[in-house]
Amino acid sequence: MSVKALAMRDVLLDRIWQAMATDQKIFFVSADFGSPILDKIRADFPERFVNVGIAEQNLINVSAGLALEGYTVFAYAIAPFITMRCYEQIRVSLALLSEVRPMNVNLIGVGAGYSYVVSGPTHQCYEDITLMRALPNFKVLSPSDHVCAGRLFDRCVGAMGPKYLRLDAQVLPVLYLADTPDMDAGFHIHRRGERVCLVATGYMLHSALKVAEKLAMAGHSVGVIDLFDIADFSADRLQAALSSYAGIVTLEEGFRGRGGVDAMLFEFIARRGLAARMLNIGVEGAYRFELGSREELHEQVGIGPEFILKSVTTFIQSLPK
Amino acid sequence: MNVSLIDLREKSHWVWRETLAVHRRAPETRLASSLSSIEIFVALYYGGVLRFDPAQPLAEHRDRCIISKGHGSICMYPILADLGYFPIEELQRVCQVGSFLGGIPDPVIPGYETVNGSLGHGLGVATGMALGLKRKGSDRSVFVVSGDGELHEGANWEAIMFASQHKLDNLHLIIDDNRISMLGYTDDIVSHGSLLERLSAFGWDCLEVDGHDVLAVQAALLTMKASCAGKPKALIAGTLKGRGVPGLENAPLSHIMNPKPELIDSLLEQNP
Repeated sequence: MSVKALAMRDVLLDRIWQAMATDQKIFFVSADFGSPILDKIRADFPERFVNVGIAEQNLINVSAGLALEGYTVFAYAIAPFITMRCYEQIRVSLALLSEVRPMNVNLIGVGAGYSYVVSGPTHQCYEDITLMRALPNFKVLSPSDHVCAGRLFDRCVGAMGPKYLRLDAQVLPVLYLADTPDMDAGFHIHRRGERVCLVATGYMLHSALKVAEKLAMAGHSVGVIDLFDIADFSADRLQAALSSYAGIVTLEEGFRGRGGVDAMLFEFIARRGLAARMLNIGVEGAYRFELGSREELHEQVGIGPEFILKSVTTFIQSLPK
Repeated sequence: MNVSLIDLREKSHWVWRETLAVHRRAPETRLASSLSSIEIFVALYYGGVLRFDPAQPLAEHRDRCIISKGHGSICMYPILADLGYFPIEELQRVCQVGSFLGGIPDPVIPGYETVNGSLGHGLGVATGMALGLKRKGSDRSVFVVSGDGELHEGANWEAIMFASQHKLDNLHLIIDDNRISMLGYTDDIVSHGSLLERLSAFGWDCLEVDGHDVLAVQAALLTMKASCAGKPKALIAGTLKGRGVPGLENAPLSHIMNPKPELIDSLLEQNP
């Protein structure tokens, strides 16, 4: 694919910047967090841009107030801070209040998983999927490349309610053409397989595709699905996509067994009566301080491609023939 | 209702009686902190300060009133009913199954703007509303009623800094300064010292008032609202928690004390 890979945030912010020229209702609020595209927003729309400073609680509260006054609000900060520093503000004035008031607030968190590779566990983010999917009324959007990230803009302005966008801080290879994925489905089938399907989100989709390639060379055809709308995907269509598989593997750059995508899919296959067995790939539940490349860190915490390849191979062999 | 003809002191007394009566029927409600804020709300709603429309509680042309000390605003139930936000008979059903009037007010009640059962959220949301109104070119104002204990929540101070930075002179903070939180006097817990000095140092225009002198509160609020000097404004209203109830008034643990029904009955009889 010849499309140049870009940072997710630059593409999304560029869509916002373009729209702000014609849509007077868009307001952008930052917690002292920037990007080159954000400089354009600051310069061109100073009346509808505000930096609240290093103050995430107020970021959420000011965003809620602006939304109550009819603005479509984009709030912007580093992922762990825009979710966990201000969780009760999010709960009370976005999730709870949007139950009874029309509000459109879109939280853009940059730095999903290990994407701030050398910054350590304060700036890395392994808990956000669990926390944000726990809140009724919230959409949780987790793109895997800049094309998908840019298209999430339409989903943000097109629907009321609070949303959380978890963006990777690194430039990731392009996986989508402009007209894919199908945003309404909330997921995208990248490969169809025989007995096992890998369901990944964000960066882990890239690992899943690598592993699927290697498994194919070893004679195992596995499916790969990108789940980018974690709380609000089309349940019927996902059921149809998964119904033929004997095994489902979840892959997430978040803690394993603590309520993330793994728990969501467990609940989904139980509720829908699917017979598939499950394997969960996620970060072993501990905070780590080792330095290394993202790939090295992933191998250390049990989500690296080598580990996934081995685990999935064993999983395939363990499935009843 | 023509509010300009209303005797604010008579109205305050009526609200005091009705608040006691609501608590008599629904002891789950917080009485003491609802008695300290009566004159503040009476001045706001009957004193010609707020522009509001009970038929359209969320109409664009209203002034926004954020009741941040949510649980300590049970006195708003009779006020909102009296103004026509909902039928007065609803006051008989507070905390009962099927009622929308709970022990802590929620935004399902006509007249309540935001979620305030949890403390320290009102001012920040109000700042966003005040900024939004300015950017829309609206001349409507935002009022927030908060308690002094509530100001221990740090998010308030993020909002206080933000409001002066952005010259939100359409924003008014009224502090029901009863100086008692749940476990005692705030001066013994984490003292604010002089709130007037603190808020002035943060770039706010501040006034102090006797929070139970309803005419003085009304005059201060009208003065504040008329002044637009590029600064947010605070009114520090000195009040007594549990005002007018022997044993409750200014008692350090008044927040969690419920006067006996017989005491309420005799108070209502002695103060017609």
